[in-house]
Order: sequence, then C-alpha cells, then structure tokens
Amino acid sequence: MNLLINILTAAVLAGTPLLLGTLGEILTEKSGNMNLGVEGMMFMGAIAGLAGAYYYEQGVVGSGGTPSGIMAAVVALVSSFLVGAFGALIYAFLTITLRANQNVTGLTLTIFGTGFGNFFGEYIGIRAGGYVAVGDNIKTAFGRLNIPVLSDIPILGKLLFNYNWVVYFSILIAVIMAYFFRKTRVGLNLRAVGEDPATADAAGINVTKYRYLATVIGGGICGIGGMYMSMVTTSGVWVHNCVSGYGWLAVALVIFASWHPARALIAALVFGGLTILRLYLKIPGVPMQIYDMLPYLATIVVLIFTSINQSKENVMPKGCGLNYFREER
Amino acid sequence: MGNHVEHAIEMHGITKTFGKVVANHNVNLQLRKGEILALLGENGSGKTTLMNMLSGIYFPDCGTIKIQGKEVTIRSPKDAFELGIGMIHQHFKLVDVFSAAENIVLGLDGGVHIDRKAVNQKVKEIGERYGFEIDPTKKIYNMAVSEKQTVEILKVLYRGAEILILDEPTAVLTPQETDKLFAVLRNMKEDGKSIIIITHKLHEVLSISDRVAILRKGEYIGTVNTAKTNQQQLTEMMVGRAVSLEIDRPKVELGEEMLKVVDLTCLNADKIKALDDVNFSAYGGEILGIAGIAGSGQKELCEAIAGLYPVAGGSILYRREVDGHPVMENIVGQPVDTIYRKGISMAFVPEDRLGMGLVASMDMVDNVMLRSYKRNPGIFVDRKKPKALSEKLIGELEIVTPGVSTPVRRLSGGNVQKVLLGREIAYGPNVLVVAYPVRGLDINSSYKIYELLNEQKKRGVAVIFVGEDLDVLLEISDRILVLCGGRVSGIVKPEETTKEEIGLMMIKVAEKTKEVNA
Repeated sequence: MNLLINILTAAVLAGTPLLLGTLGEILTEKSGNMNLGVEGMMFMGAIAGLAGAYYYEQGVVGSGGTPSGIMAAVVALVSSFLVGAFGALIYAFLTITLRANQNVTGLTLTIFGTGFGNFFGEYIGIRAGGYVAVGDNIKTAFGRLNIPVLSDIPILGKLLFNYNWVVYFSILIAVIMAYFFRKTRVGLNLRAVGEDPATADAAGINVTKYRYLATVIGGGICGIGGMYMSMVTTSGVWVHNCVSGYGWLAVALVIFASWHPARALIAALVFGGLTILRLYLKIPGVPMQIYDMLPYLATIVVLIFTSINQSKENVMPKGCGLNYFREER
Repeated sequence: MGNHVEHAIEMHGITKTFGKVVANHNVNLQLRKGEILALLGENGSGKTTLMNMLSGIYFPDCGTIKIQGKEVTIRSPKDAFELGIGMIHQHFKLVDVFSAAENIVLGLDGGVHIDRKAVNQKVKEIGERYGFEIDPTKKIYNMAVSEKQTVEILKVLYRGAEILILDEPTAVLTPQETDKLFAVLRNMKEDGKSIIIITHKLHEVLSISDRVAILRKGEYIGTVNTAKTNQQQLTEMMVGRAVSLEIDRPKVELGEEMLKVVDLTCLNADKIKALDDVNFSAYGGEILGIAGIAGSGQKELCEAIAGLYPVAGGSILYRREVDGHPVMENIVGQPVDTIYRKGISMAFVPEDRLGMGLVASMDMVDNVMLRSYKRNPGIFVDRKKPKALSEKLIGELEIVTPGVSTPVRRLSGGNVQKVLLGREIAYGPNVLVVAYPVRGLDINSSYKIYELLNEQKKRGVAVIFVGEDLDVLLEISDRILVLCGGRVSGIVKPEETTKEEIGLMMIKVAEKTKEVNA
C-alpha cells in the first residue's frame, strides 16, 4: 500500500512538467500550428525561471533584505512564461507571418532553445562562481505545501494534498482549457481555426490573431513546464541538459491525450509513473537502462495504437501543420 | 431601365489580378432588390473571383462597390456579414467535426458561453420559415451533400443576410434536390432577399432567374432579362460565338464483351461498403455512362476496375487473347504490374488529373514516358519515342503549350486533360475508363473530349464514362448505369428514360434489382 502511494505521488511530481508541456502543445496544435519546439521552449522556460528567482534573491539580499519565497515563485512563473512565449513568438512569426515550414521551424526552435538554456545556465553559473543555486527560502517555496487539516488526512492527504503549488496550478490550467474548448465561443472559434482555417476565415474569424495568441500562450505554458524542471525537479540548481527529452515526450503525449486537456492529466500521470518506476520497483536482473527506455517504448506503442484509430473525432486538427494563406489559388 | 430601380449591389469597374493573370477586368454588375440574378460564364471566366470580392475573401485592385446605395469597402468576410452579404461557397466552408449549430454560430459575437438551446431553436425556426428540415446537433461528417448545403444556407440566414450569393449550388445535387433548393430560393425572394446564383447550366438559369449577367474571360458581357432570352443566345454570349450544343452519338455495331464485373464489393477506410454487389458488363463500341450523386462509389468503382482499389468480394473479368482464343481473366488480387504484363489492355483517366493521372511538375515527355518506360530494357530510358509521341499529340489534339518540355502543371485544365487522355488512347486500350473528363473544362475543350471518346467508341473500345452532368450523360451514352450508395440501382438506355427517372434512381435503389439478385 505504502509503495503504491509512493509511486503515485512520485508519478504526479514527475508527470507535472509533462502535463504542462502537453497542455501548451495542445493549445498550439488546436490553432493549427504544429510546434515541435516544445523541448526548446521548456529549456528557455527552465533557465528563465531559475534566473528570475536567482536574480530576485540576489537583488533582495544585496540590498540587505530577506527574499520572500512567494515573490520568488511569482517571478519565476512570470519570467518562465514570458521567455517560453518569446520562443513561441519567434516560431509564430516565422510560420504565420513568413509562412515558413512548421516542422523545420519547430525543430530549429528546439535546437535554439536547448542552446539558449544551457548557455545561460553555464554563463550564470560561472558568474556566480561555479554553479547557480537558489537559497533555502526559495527552495521551500517550491517544496511540498503543508495544507492544514487536509494534508493530515491519512492516505488521501498524502495522495492529494501533499504537492508543490505548480502541480495544482497545472491541473487548474488543464481544467480551464477543457472548459474553454468545450463551452466557450472563443474556444469554438479556435478549434475551427485549427480544423479548417479557410472556413474560420470565411466565418469572419481572424485566423492570424487566433494562431498567434494560441501559439504564444501555448509556448508560455511549455515554458512553465521547463521552470518546473529547474525549480522543482533539480531543486533550484542548474543542471546541464535538465529538460532531457521531456519536451519530446510531451509532443507524443498530445497524441496519447487525443488533443483533450482532461485526458492529458491521465497521460501525464502514466508517463510520469514510467519515468520514476526504476526508483521504486527494482526487479533483480533487469538493468537500469531498460527502465530508462520505458517512456520511449510506451511512446512507440501509443503512436502505433493511435494511428490505427479511424474515428473522425479525437484526431489531430485537420489544419494542423499547414500554413494558411487566404488568397492562395 | 429608370434610375428609380433600387439596387442591392452595384459594382463598377472592378478589376482583380493574380500576378500576371487578370481574373476580372473592368466588370460592372447590378443586383436589384428582391430579384434572383444568374451569373453565367464558363469555368475560369472570373465568376467566383468576382463574388469573392463581395464576400471579403479577395480585395479588388480597383473599382467601386455600392451596397444598398452606399459605397463600401469590404476588407474581410466580417465586413461582408455586417453589410448583410452571405456567400454559399461551391466547396462548403464547414468544419467537419462540428455540429450544424456549431458551424452556424462560428465566428459570431456574443457572450462567452454558447447558449446551444437558443441556437438550436432559432435554427429550427429559420428552417421552418423557408421550408427545409435540419437537425442542429448532427455532425457535418455524418451529413449528405444536400444537408451540408442546407447548413451553409442556414449559416448566412442566421447572420441575417439580405443578399445571398450561391456559387454553383446545384453541381452536387440530384434533379429533385435542385427543385427543392429552387423552391427555397423562391421563398427567400418572396421574403425580399436578393440572390445571385452562379452557374453554367443554362436550363437552370432559365428556370430560376429574373435576369442573367454574363462574364467571359474575366470581362463583363452584359445583362439580359431571362424572359427575353434563350439557351442559344446565352451560349453565344458566354462563349463569344455560335456553337452547336448537340453532342454526337454515332451508331456503332456492338462488339464483344470486354469487361464483366461480377458481385463486386469494396470496403472503404471505415470498413463501410463503398461498393455493394455491383454487376455489369461493358461491350466494345459503346459508351457506358455512370451516373450517381458524388461519393456513391464512382471513385472506388473506377479504381477497382483499374486494379488500384482493394476488392473485398466478387470478380472483375477482362477479355484477353490466349493463343488466339479469347478468355475472361479475373484481375482481382493481381498486382497492377502483372495485369499490365499479361497484356490486359485498359486505360484509366482519373478524376484527379494532376495527382493520380500526371506528375504536375514533370514535362509532357516524362509524363508520356511513365506509361511506357518499363518496356524498354537496360538502365537508361529512351526519351526519343515519348518525345515523338508528345509532339504528335500536340498536333492532333490541338494542345496549347509552349513546348514538350513545359511542366504540365503550367497548362490549362483542358490541355492537361488532352495530354492525359491522349497518352492513354495512344496505347490502344480495349477498355477506357474516364472519370469526370470535362470537369473544369470550357465548352470548346469539352466538345473536343466528347469527340475523342466517340472516336474510341468507333474503334471498338468499351468506354466507361463517369459523369456528373446528366444532360451530357443522356446525350453521349449508349447505356447509363446509375449508382446509389455503392449499389447499382439500374442500367437504362437514354432513349427510354428521363432525367427525372435517373434522378430518382440516384437517390434510391429500385426494389426490382434486389429481386434479380435474390
């Protein structure tokens, strides 16, 4: 029982950055932009979040005050969102305005973002005299929340009310996004833009505006996912290549979740579980590398199964991956 | 015409160019309030472009547009809605995975939430008012073509359009559905709406419109009162000179059975029967027309006959000679290569000319060579023969092209079709399958194609002609096979039937064919 609870809580913690990446990419793809640069935007968000918290702390300490954990969290959140969104903005400008190929642009963004994150991570580290690390105050702010009463409920308390704030924040985004797509007018319009931009255009929807906004906000959410990697997973220390393939998993999870934000919750939990399984479930004779392969093997299986799916719904938006130009003949 | 006539739309001196192509040049058009105006012109005469400038898809290079007497600038579809203009496009602008109601409210202003109940109610009300039925919650991908069109019309009415533009609305409808649509249009006219209907079918123009405006090669030719004109005059205005509208049907002695299709059943990607127990024979020296609503299994039938579509049951038998004796060979399950090597001689002109028929970015020689290069041994290809054949085709079929080395994608639709058909005919097939051979072609090219098909018929070829225009099918075919939902609802002779009867067969399978099979 205890083992199961441990695995589940660890799965939630490990799945959260995947969830954020997946949600960001769902929003992007619903607008018809297939942004393969999730990995890059997560790297950009990772360094931006850490740098934001770190410089905030340095600034406050330098002027003789005590850094507040909550303020640091807000700074990290906002800066990771903005920098992730900036990465997506480059992508949006290239694909929407200049109509560059989406796949190539996305791959380039991954390369750019990875370099961006690692470069500034090392640079700030060298300036700081070795490595970047935030103080205990800030670490606590990204640690588990202790919610009075609720956290103390046996089992449930540990299972539901024992995480850091980013976990709850990302679940909230998933719920809001699910509601947004299903029930709201703007959500319907956005889905139309992704499915069939010419139709949306003829219906008087500003395709360019919708695509820009969805792509940029989606990139920002991916950036927050990166911030989780640097602030929670590595506890506020810059680790070279810290995002390490999570962005790519997120791209595959979008397919697993069949472009539904609510299903992304389950997808992220399952994949989060697969990434931490080796720490909890040691089968003698099975080498570590097999465990490390699990998420990627599962991705292949998922892709095979979803490609068998023939239904017209629960598939990639039809206009996804194609740039739209009204006067094309 | 006095100045007191109220105009819903006035367009003056409209010009629109795409690169070097002039789509509209100095066009004037007036739509009176409460009338149905037919906009007539051949394919490529700029009808759709002109209308797209009213619906905000394109922006004119110069000229003025007045709506209800006021000069306006229409920069986007949204502007058009606000002016009360609604356009029903030829290719439906509907999101497949949305319901009818969702498509109807798409892009409208309003509260954050969508009040689905209120929308459904209003949609039903509009439907009742003009006389069509609709289920607002039905998803588009589950709808038949005519239902989709209904959704399109409801969409513009829901937005309160006063001026409706319909781009070739009848192209996809059966004669019965067309009558229904025209009844709805007349109801709208009664209600004071002004309507423009784009079409190139003359009898429809004469039956529905009050006035006819004619475009030719992007230029405005004139407007005439429908009551004071006839088919011949309209054709002359449309084409620019007198043309004969008769299609020849030469008498040819019926030859051998070249193709026999027995109990043919095919499944589509969703495992639904695209073809269901299809039986027929095609004889040398006849043109067998195939009629049906779009998507009734025509594509699958053509591709199955060509050996390109997986067959779930039944057989496709071709006549071929073995040691001087004719045998019927079943091609089901045999790869295309084998069929070809066995000397079964059939040719297929697919509907998708530049996708399936020709390689768009290759030149004529290479495209012609695609049909023959395998016969030529060694690792190098022989370009001389295909080049000679290409030059011959250019001369014989009057193909207009800068030369044999111009990519075929740069040719006009009619010339592309001539290249494709010419190539297929050049190899002397026994069975020739042509799918929608005149789609998108102007009148001249169309008649040239009919001529070529008749020539093949005289040569003793079994020609299978899949068409969409019933008038043409009735004139050119020796027999017409009618498809409905993947089943053969009957094979009729044109002299013994009417368009209405075929229309009925297109929408339901007659009971007697079931009995025959039982």
